Amino acid sequence: MSSSSHTFDVLVVGAGPAGIAAACSAAEGGARVALLDNNPRIGGQIWRGQSQSHAANPDARKWFEKFAAAHIEFLPSTEVIDHLENGHVVVHRIDGQRVGAQSIDELPEEVHELAYKKLILCTGARELFLPFPGWTLPNVMGAGGLQALVKSGLLVSGKKVVVAGSGPLLLAVAAHLREHGADVRLVAEQAPWPRVARFAMSLLLQKTKLAQAFEIKRQLSGVPYKTNCWPVRANGNGENAKLESVTLRSGSRTWQERCDYLACGFHLVPNTELAALLRCELRAGFVRVDDSQQTSVRDVFCAGEPTSIGGVDLAIVEGQIAGYAAVGQSASAAKLLPQKRRLDRFAVLLRETFALREELRSAVDSETIVCRCEDVKFGRVRQHSSWRAAKLHTRCGMGPCQGRICGPATQFFFGWKADSVRPPVFAASMQSLAVAVAVQTEEHLMSHEESR
Amino acid sequence: MPETIHVTVNGACIAVPSGATALAAILSTGASAVRRSVSGGPRGPLCGMGVCFECRATVNRRRYARTCQILCSPGMDISTDVSDEPPDYV
Repeated sequence: MSSSSHTFDVLVVGAGPAGIAAACSAAEGGARVALLDNNPRIGGQIWRGQSQSHAANPDARKWFEKFAAAHIEFLPSTEVIDHLENGHVVVHRIDGQRVGAQSIDELPEEVHELAYKKLILCTGARELFLPFPGWTLPNVMGAGGLQALVKSGLLVSGKKVVVAGSGPLLLAVAAHLREHGADVRLVAEQAPWPRVARFAMSLLLQKTKLAQAFEIKRQLSGVPYKTNCWPVRANGNGENAKLESVTLRSGSRTWQERCDYLACGFHLVPNTELAALLRCELRAGFVRVDDSQQTSVRDVFCAGEPTSIGGVDLAIVEGQIAGYAAVGQSASAAKLLPQKRRLDRFAVLLRETFALREELRSAVDSETIVCRCEDVKFGRVRQHSSWRAAKLHTRCGMGPCQGRICGPATQFFFGWKADSVRPPVFAASMQSLAVAVAVQTEEHLMSHEESR
Repeated sequence: MPETIHVTVNGACIAVPSGATALAAILSTGASAVRRSVSGGPRGPLCGMGVCFECRATVNRRRYARTCQILCSPGMDISTDVSDEPPDYV
């Protein structure tokens, strides 16, 4: 496996808004730029399902057009599984196809090594899932999770849906589901009304967000939006454990709401696993960056949600700054800094508004599964004093998702910190790993030869 | 109108609109569970974005495929009824 022919000036990981902006900005001056994503198309989660040529969302349309006009090599359905020394990463295709873009057409393996001069991590965020009895029943899924499924072909017309959890995503999801014919019974937001009201007021001061908010309000007319309200149990019935209802609580009141789907997510957690593998410094769970989005590791930049949960506008500006900074256009990067600082305030507001309430810790009981991969129950996890001890003794977090779902949940319940990240950073086949090992061994031997 | 393509889910041929994921094809058969957990419980998709692995199934004989991230292609063979033992994956 040769490596020299696949060297990029800038390699961008993640093709959401931050990644697209980073790649386009870096490519403006003629640098050789590659963008990879584990999705088959660009857009990330927020622009998933937007037409690549005629996107309805104006931001998506603008950036898709820029992307199409730029010389950027896109590697679809591709994921980084390991990092090697001296600016190399090992990637694999998640669908068994060959790794490839326009100029990389002769790669025989589904696993390959790519070399970069600068690396920009735009790995986005995932939903926070908090366990409660019944949360493992089929048809209980993430809020963004159900939306993503609808965007990729699931029909929800006429289905009763309860949307619950926390964050502005709940309303966007509810509006989207309704547009696709779902009967949205209720949107349950755990945050208290005064905080949500303050958040709404601040949106009224931002023209672009205001238009979005009114559009969502129009789509949601007649759907109750209840604050101070959260799910405590999902109720199923029969051999197939068919979801029938969700038990909700608001203050001291508890009641059941019938539903075919429960779309439930408690806002977002950053995807920092790759940054951690690269040994980038994290602060309070986020990747620490300077004013040019440079991480603590040389030649590695980070933009978007891994640095703070601040919405799409902030992600785009951070992506642009990282892209310009990575190719040495520091003046262009610096020009965007005031804009970034303004948008940073929105990140603070989001965090304050949708902070999770204590009561969410009490819905779980000792029989509730915490680790869905290994079926480890809360009663067993609770007996341990750290994430590491729980992993060793119960296999919690040892399944294919590698603790991406139960890790943040145990952090919420017990204040545990995730331990160091080891490759493969995504579950990979033995064949992929064998190739990665071969690459490392070869490198080791070569560096040995050079030193002789 | 989107173009229709045909795939096989657990041996049955079904039609899906082009652009649908393998997961959408599985769910379009009326199933809500995609796999059985290690203790036998039915499980369906959770995250919809390739993180949780709850939607994993065998696609074109490739096991542990995250069906929410894989687009259907003509003739794709998807099966959900295999054992969950992961001998060749870590």
